Amino acid sequence: MQRREFLKSSAAVLLGAGLLPLSEVLPAAAAANDTIVVATGATINSLDLHRQGTNRASYQVAINAYDRLVKFGTKTMPDGSLSYDSTKIEPDLAESWTVSDDGKVITFKLRPNAVFSDGSPVTAQDVKWSLDRAVSLGGFPTTQMKAGLMEKPEQFEVVDDKTIKVILPRKSKLTLPDLAVPIPFIINSKVAKAHATEKDPWATEYLHRNTAGSGAFVVERWDPGQQVVYARNDKWTSGPLPGAKRVIMREIPSAATRRALIERGDVDLVFNIPDKDANELKASGKAKVVSTPIENCIYVLALNDKFGPFKDKRVRQAIAYALPYEDIFKTAAYQTGVPMWGADKAEGIAWPQPSPYKQDLEKAKALLAEAGYKDGLTVPLYINLDLASWMEPTALLIQESLAKIGVKTTIEKIPGANWRTAANVERRLEMHLDDFGGWLNYPDYYFFWTYMPGTIFNSSNYDNPEMVKLVNETLDLSVDDPAYAPNIKKMIDIAFEDVPRVPLWQPALSSAMTPKISGYEFWFHRQPDARKLTKS
Amino acid sequence: MTSSRGMIVLKRLAQAIPTLFGVIVVTFIITRALPGDPAAYFAGPAATPESIAQIRAGMGLDKPLPEQFVRYLQDLATGNLGSSISTGQTVLSDVLSRLPASLELTFSALLLALVIAVPLGILAATRQGTFVDHLCRVVVTAGVSLPVFFTGLALVYVFYYILGVAPAPVGRLDFIYISPPTITGFYVIDALLAGDPETAGAAFKQLILPAATLAIFTLAPLARMTRAAMLQVLASDFIRTARAAGLSRRKILFTYAFRNALLPVVTTLGMVFSFVLGANVLVEKVFAWPGIGSYAVEALVVSDYAAVQGFVLVMAILFVVMNLLIDLSYTVIDPRVGFDG
Repeated sequence: MQRREFLKSSAAVLLGAGLLPLSEVLPAAAAANDTIVVATGATINSLDLHRQGTNRASYQVAINAYDRLVKFGTKTMPDGSLSYDSTKIEPDLAESWTVSDDGKVITFKLRPNAVFSDGSPVTAQDVKWSLDRAVSLGGFPTTQMKAGLMEKPEQFEVVDDKTIKVILPRKSKLTLPDLAVPIPFIINSKVAKAHATEKDPWATEYLHRNTAGSGAFVVERWDPGQQVVYARNDKWTSGPLPGAKRVIMREIPSAATRRALIERGDVDLVFNIPDKDANELKASGKAKVVSTPIENCIYVLALNDKFGPFKDKRVRQAIAYALPYEDIFKTAAYQTGVPMWGADKAEGIAWPQPSPYKQDLEKAKALLAEAGYKDGLTVPLYINLDLASWMEPTALLIQESLAKIGVKTTIEKIPGANWRTAANVERRLEMHLDDFGGWLNYPDYYFFWTYMPGTIFNSSNYDNPEMVKLVNETLDLSVDDPAYAPNIKKMIDIAFEDVPRVPLWQPALSSAMTPKISGYEFWFHRQPDARKLTKS
Repeated sequence: MTSSRGMIVLKRLAQAIPTLFGVIVVTFIITRALPGDPAAYFAGPAATPESIAQIRAGMGLDKPLPEQFVRYLQDLATGNLGSSISTGQTVLSDVLSRLPASLELTFSALLLALVIAVPLGILAATRQGTFVDHLCRVVVTAGVSLPVFFTGLALVYVFYYILGVAPAPVGRLDFIYISPPTITGFYVIDALLAGDPETAGAAFKQLILPAATLAIFTLAPLARMTRAAMLQVLASDFIRTARAAGLSRRKILFTYAFRNALLPVVTTLGMVFSFVLGANVLVEKVFAWPGIGSYAVEALVVSDYAAVQGFVLVMAILFVVMNLLIDLSYTVIDPRVGFDG
């Protein structure tokens, strides 16, 4: 019966008033303006971002089917495309909030008309239950919450039905933005608790397969390994109603097939296309391509301090002077993204920004000789097979270039599943390529993850007491604090002077769409946001 | 007669038990011997050592290997194949949804391949050195030498991208259709059973290109084997005798020659089937076909132990059943074939 109804409703959606018989074979995408079909290469493995083992592609469900207390604003990029704005925090489910004078208590007032998709009001109890869940279930959500200084359920206090307090150990600029990332999404706790069991108090089994939120869409169908179908939630109150009544996220594993689909117009949008396709589609004009540089993300060559010669900063600088930046950017990135080399000197506190290094083999040789490696050295260069599309050409160019200064490299390929163990847990890779990007767009947040001893993304094992001191001092400072800018400047200077991670370029996220699609927005979480998509 | 055949089947199935146990042990050991740490992988970005340890405990990987194995056996005994972390589903439900997709594709491809390969092989054998024989040779050589992903992409390029006659390669059904209620798991058949010829038609259209891709690959061994077997049989004494006795050409060809040539063809068919079922990963990728081959490869890449073990076990069972069916078909084709040996 359900199937019949769905058929009927999709027929109605697709064929307007139902004037055409269903047997008419229509390319679904072209059929109606209120259904949008998106093709992606990644598979969604859960509807619940808090569940252990939930993959990156699944984060989009938390965006499209749930709201948070606050959200980031939107800005228009120089090329006219939309991007989230990390500097603006706007009301989402909370209509307003106040911060206590010492910055340790943030009190949120919920919007009175906010309702979940089942019509029940969003209460402070729901917010508390959801935030408790994010800090209690462990794994990635808990780690991310910790970045905003939220670690225990006791920190979330219900004042009344529409008011909730977040209590912090100290003031930090990271707390509010951390409440706007996908993780602290607000769940309908009444529905979830009805499906909770003693063994599963957080209803992970139920929310794994169902959504219970107040977001712009509800997940109408999830065929694992094939598609997620979103239906618009007409009771959504946190923004203007989405233009599409139904959004189909279809998994198409082959990039070549995805490209054929968008060129033929059988899908409306292909999310996250390879740089090569972005370049060619832009040139051919067969689809509209939007490329957005990924904020706070740099592709780098990491030099591990555990490897003897790299302990000497002159050797690291020599490597940085020997890289063929221009060729790498052309060959591996197809010139999509932003170059990150060749500045005259570090300027301002923008991050990422071009490093002062450019290819200068004489200087590289001199530095190497000065450090006592006149006859060169031998070092393995590791790449992640999951990211071979850019790492492989990059590694080959690096290998060729380093040979010229007497640094012999052997390229070692590591399967994606083993990469994290080798690079981030054991941190044993002498020289490797890396793609870290920070969700929260602050330079000190980037340095916190990648330049602090012991943190998981510090795959270079970089340890500099001065950097540690600066990061610790700056992480909580607000950006208008007088000490903030000078501290960031110092960090950037140290990062360029010591170069444990040699910046190559800032990558871009590209998507291709038919000319009819508008409202595509880039997000730091690098997942498709269906809420603003419209089709004319 | 029937009861003795029933006994034979039971005996064969009993013989399969040690094989299956061996498969279970070997896959368990091999998956554990894979390099890499699934806990670190599934802990996701920004994982801390504590969160990795949590995931490891959740997966039961913190226990010693023998204990893990005993637990695995206990689960298997209750029909529980475990949960796949990469897909977030139980392995059983993954296999149940993906195996029919692969089987539908494989059966269609084999059917298509048989319909082309067998007549082609017979014609090539009876008209040696003629145009048909050369055609057969060309088709066979092309079939084995063209990589599957290339054939798939080429077909998509020509029939979908350029000509626009094939439906979009988006999997088993276009966006506008809803999968039919599951009875056999084969969309075309299920849709027909549900009285929905239109969805059946749509599913059938989606099936044509991937099935053709696989068929081009599989008809090579079948055509070659048919030709070789027919040549051998046609040169044998009893055919000469039949010819001398003045039997009709048709009678000689089909009743005497083809039936005798069928045994090696069926053997090849069994081998091709088992090979294709697991190996059509690339076709599945190109056509976004949610089959079991790509599932297994992805599981292997991320060291998703339960999924890999489940896949191998199901495949092993399938092979045992398949071999049994082929052995049984021998006795139907050739009454001289016994089961005792």
